Amino acid sequence: MAELRTETMTVNMGPQHPSTHGVLRLILELDGETIQSARPTIGYLHTGIEKTAEQKKWQQVVPLVERMDYLAAQSNSLCYVLSVEKLLGLEMPQRVKDIRVLLAELQRLASHLVWIGTHAMEIGAVSMLFYAIRERELLMNINELVAGFRFFPSYFRVGGLREDLPRGFHEAVNAFLDRFPAKIDEFEGLLTKNDMFVRRTRDVGVISQEDAMAWGLVGPIARGSGSDYDVRKYFPYTGYETYDFKVPTATEGDVFARYRVRVAEMRESVKIARQAIQRITPTGAWACNDTRVVPPPKDKVYTEMEALIQHFLIYSQGFTVPVGEAYVPVEGPRGEHGVYIVSDGTNRPWRVKMRPPSFMAIQALPRIIEGGMIADVIAVIGSNDVVMGDCDR
Amino acid sequence: MDAPSIIDILTPLVAGAAYEAAPSVDFATIHVPAGHLLPTCQALRDTPSLRFNVLLEVTAVDYLPREPRFEVVYHLLSIPLRQRLRLKVRVGSLEVDGTVPTVQSVWPGAGWPEREVWDMFGIVFAGHEDLRRLLLPEDWEGHPARKDYPVQIRKATQTYEPLEVTEEEFKANLQRDRQRRQQ
Repeated sequence: MAELRTETMTVNMGPQHPSTHGVLRLILELDGETIQSARPTIGYLHTGIEKTAEQKKWQQVVPLVERMDYLAAQSNSLCYVLSVEKLLGLEMPQRVKDIRVLLAELQRLASHLVWIGTHAMEIGAVSMLFYAIRERELLMNINELVAGFRFFPSYFRVGGLREDLPRGFHEAVNAFLDRFPAKIDEFEGLLTKNDMFVRRTRDVGVISQEDAMAWGLVGPIARGSGSDYDVRKYFPYTGYETYDFKVPTATEGDVFARYRVRVAEMRESVKIARQAIQRITPTGAWACNDTRVVPPPKDKVYTEMEALIQHFLIYSQGFTVPVGEAYVPVEGPRGEHGVYIVSDGTNRPWRVKMRPPSFMAIQALPRIIEGGMIADVIAVIGSNDVVMGDCDR
Repeated sequence: MDAPSIIDILTPLVAGAAYEAAPSVDFATIHVPAGHLLPTCQALRDTPSLRFNVLLEVTAVDYLPREPRFEVVYHLLSIPLRQRLRLKVRVGSLEVDGTVPTVQSVWPGAGWPEREVWDMFGIVFAGHEDLRRLLLPEDWEGHPARKDYPVQIRKATQTYEPLEVTEEEFKANLQRDRQRRQQ
């Protein structure tokens, strides 16, 4: 009997495949259903935000960086404003820090909700998407209440916040926080105890802790492999050291472990948000008192000459930032988010560089999926939680 | 740990390297000569008192018109010691001495960030296994993050020529394909 001749097959997955979260192209070399090699191709969403930012004034960069990782807008702007404030040497009032913590945690919840919805849907639990998006809608409403913009609020500004909290903010946040823990139980009932989901995710896409570190995957991916590194605990910023929360970890390093870590993170985020909303008074300081950066209140602009001049200067020329460089990381929903800024002492940044967690996650994708089955690729992409806007910038 | 104490640990480990501490507002920053980058990174990762096990990112800054023009910046993280470090390598224009050794052998995650730096700044990483365009199309001209690259330019949309095969060529292709399959 003649020997059966086999050959590998090259399959192009994406860039328009619905499970690639935007436009990621994977060139897979298959031997039957086993992946022999994978080559990711990125850049379809590259918009040159970092170059554009060099043409803008410091404050004008905030809406730009929010459009990088579009599911975690306020995580981007938080690390940007913290970097600029580090160079300026500004210290924020306690209330501003608490509001930033609260909104950053709500942003993490919003991002994780999109993740859990799409990840579960791609594996086959289609109804999860509707449950998750329904809860995220409430968070979008809170954004709208605060800033008038649902996706990219640009509420964090260099020097504080854009304005004070609106009326009804505490009620909206408390209503969400009261409702949400039961919804997490519901999600877990649908997924953690779902035999199909568990079989699709357990022992799939395993990455060891050493590999995760070597490939720069600090964040939920590394925490699913046993690391306890969380920027909020290791390098606390904007007052996280005063909050009581745990860093959830798992040791298996598979898709199911990353899923459990993120679900547990949602519960911790609710805990942090509850502490923050109790500390925040309905009205109070919403910016630092540095008049170089923060425009004077409107009633003074209309009545006082100096305030009018200051207002005009800030909105026409902006402010200058001392020569130097700063990198302040925050714990974004996808891992360590950081902005490296370089100033030449003028009113425009010399260089703005985002440290994108999704970029590193896609780089390590071949490492995780090679040798596995083609059906697991979708589960692994989902569990790495990549956002192509963050990756391509 | 501040920059001078890290330099004190590094100097006996890497022969002949002249380090230089740089001022910074956030964490330790060290200038490293390009020729000593690789042994320095190995020492930073493997020395028990340093243990910088994570390379967070590689990026570059173009300080036109200063010479040497570029600085390649590495952000390192030591999780066991809760320590951050910024390495800087000064690089001149490509024509003069625009190469830096790749650190892929120390941290495999350096592959894409270095490709991005080449894509955006045109800095060559010597020994890199796959130094191609990453974010930009493969036929892009120039390196857009350089300061002398114009901000708003118009570029003709790249189109691909339609496949033109005559009937005879098409039949010959089919025939060749069939023969290959029968073999």
